[in-house]
Amino acid sequence: MLHIDIEACIGCGVCESTCTFGAIKVEDGHAVVGDACTLCGSCVDVCEVGALSIEREEKAPQGNLADWSGVWVYAECRHGKLAPVALELLGAGRKLAEKRGVPLSAVLLGSKITGMAEALIAHGADKVFVVDDPALASFTDDAYGNALSALAKKHKPEIILAGATAIGRSFIPRVATTLGTGLTADCTDLAIRDEDGALLQTRPAFGGNIMATIVCPHTRPQISTVRPLVMKPLAGDGGRKGEIIPVHLDPAFLKPRVKVLESVVEDLDRVNLSEADIVVAGGRGLENEKGFAMIRELADVLGGAVAASRAAVDSGWIPYPHQVGQTGKTVAPKVYIACGISGAIQHLVGMQSADTIIAINRDADAPIFDVATYGIVGDVFEIVPMLIEKFKERKSA
Amino acid sequence: MKIIVCVKQVPDAKDVRLDPKTNTLARDGVQSIMNPYDRHALEEAVRLKEQHGGTVTVLSMGPPQAEDMLREAVSCGADEAVLVSDRAFAGADTWATTYTLSMAIKKIDDFDLILCGKQAIDGDTAQVGPGLAERLGIPFVAYVRKINDCTGDTIRAERLMDDGYDLVEVGLPALFTVVKEINEPRIPSLKGKMRAKKIDITKLTAVDIEADPEQLGLKGSTTQVVRVFSPELRGERAMLVGTPSEQVSQLYEKLSPLLSALGAVTK
Repeated sequence: MLHIDIEACIGCGVCESTCTFGAIKVEDGHAVVGDACTLCGSCVDVCEVGALSIEREEKAPQGNLADWSGVWVYAECRHGKLAPVALELLGAGRKLAEKRGVPLSAVLLGSKITGMAEALIAHGADKVFVVDDPALASFTDDAYGNALSALAKKHKPEIILAGATAIGRSFIPRVATTLGTGLTADCTDLAIRDEDGALLQTRPAFGGNIMATIVCPHTRPQISTVRPLVMKPLAGDGGRKGEIIPVHLDPAFLKPRVKVLESVVEDLDRVNLSEADIVVAGGRGLENEKGFAMIRELADVLGGAVAASRAAVDSGWIPYPHQVGQTGKTVAPKVYIACGISGAIQHLVGMQSADTIIAINRDADAPIFDVATYGIVGDVFEIVPMLIEKFKERKSA
Repeated sequence: MKIIVCVKQVPDAKDVRLDPKTNTLARDGVQSIMNPYDRHALEEAVRLKEQHGGTVTVLSMGPPQAEDMLREAVSCGADEAVLVSDRAFAGADTWATTYTLSMAIKKIDDFDLILCGKQAIDGDTAQVGPGLAERLGIPFVAYVRKINDCTGDTIRAERLMDDGYDLVEVGLPALFTVVKEINEPRIPSLKGKMRAKKIDITKLTAVDIEADPEQLGLKGSTTQVVRVFSPELRGERAMLVGTPSEQVSQLYEKLSPLLSALGAVTK
């Protein structure tokens, strides 16, 4: 629990204003902690006189942690295609593996997927474990979770990385629970701590308003799901050598309790938002669905994809698959044009790694301008049609 | 059909801000609310009850003040409310949380379906639903956007995927996490509000759920937060100036070479 040294406490109140949970108050000249305390530790960090501490009873580690070695990447496939995040994770995993002086392995689960192993080696994997089985043709938490858990129990990797995708965020928590270890979701930064080789996992919390760095001190493997489009893949090198290891698992093990009757790929847009080089996005400032027609026109002229802020999606002007931000997609296009988007932090975390950001907004104080490469303060209904005209002229020139 | 809905009281994330000067969290006026995704889980449970009969029990692990949120859940159609609350739970990560919830559910015992929101807006981990299903040894479906058919023994549902959706069938008991598209939650009825005022909320402590103290709270957690800090934003802020048409011309000049490099908008 949170321990307060009443002698040392000067009653300055910094801890009180820091606590997100309103759990700490200054009474009678010193800090007092209440029931709402979650032991997050923010107050301990800000206390200038060192009056606060969290008593942690150190847990007995699960066996010898040094028995676990190597970095693994779960290489996601769906409908016969490798998810781009698999190669991004190999890029991140390569750095971690080199820092730890251990091999990097990929795990491929699916049906008729063995052919993808070469690409994983070319992008950094030293070994690829392949479970190629008709029982894995559709994604099920049971079969995929059992397969990855069985492999991890046998080979004992110290780190497992998976994409924070619908699939990764669905079955990886089950793998962590089965293995009795910790999991950090939605990481945006990974590093190795110099002192003890622990994995430092950094992720946004409170809708991206704060960042937290998390460790998994007593159990292995250390498991993270990682946001797509945050890590950089290595350039493919066809000359890289690696080992492909086919694995056969007991069929009883791959029997799911959830039956997939149908798997539908929806035509979300002419251009895949996550992979588009140019994204034109609209927000509350567009006022209605008609406003989005203008955004679509600009996107068409530029050959880009259409995105939206949560405010626009919640207003029903455009469907959810177009939403960019904390609870939507992450995008990292070459050019991102934000029209009538104020730039709440929840939106910014989903698009701020774009190379060039253009912001058009009526409010000069809108936070979107803080991340804009070029900002225009003005009426979107005046500016955007002029831009459309300019680019139309260029197209027909 | 007996349905349990797991709900969490959270600070309204849109109000939580780090003060860029002091690097501290400004929490003035931050409201505690029912996690918005859980509201959709509750609504779906109440709709299933209305169609197929049964009961809806809301379950929350949290501080004593989470009682207010449970009363709100009752006003929106839940029949029973259970609050698992103990100082020993403080500092729980998702591992310790799923342990605590699973022990409480074993105490409640009888259920056909557990519904949760896809994630809570404070932690955003989306781990408690699947972890809890695994602890209870029941099948799990994430991101459910529609329940198509429910026979009492099996449910057919659509789950959202990154590239579309899957139609799945699962035998009960099972645990689903739901997305916002699944329904439009109702507002409390007057009758519901009256019931909520009077209802006895079942309160369970660590001892009541027969929990192993080693598995609870900070001590039972597998992960530890080592640092909390403010996200770095890129600070370019280059504003164009001039009349609207001058600004558009400047922007056009800046964008043209970028677009040419991409092969876009070329002849």
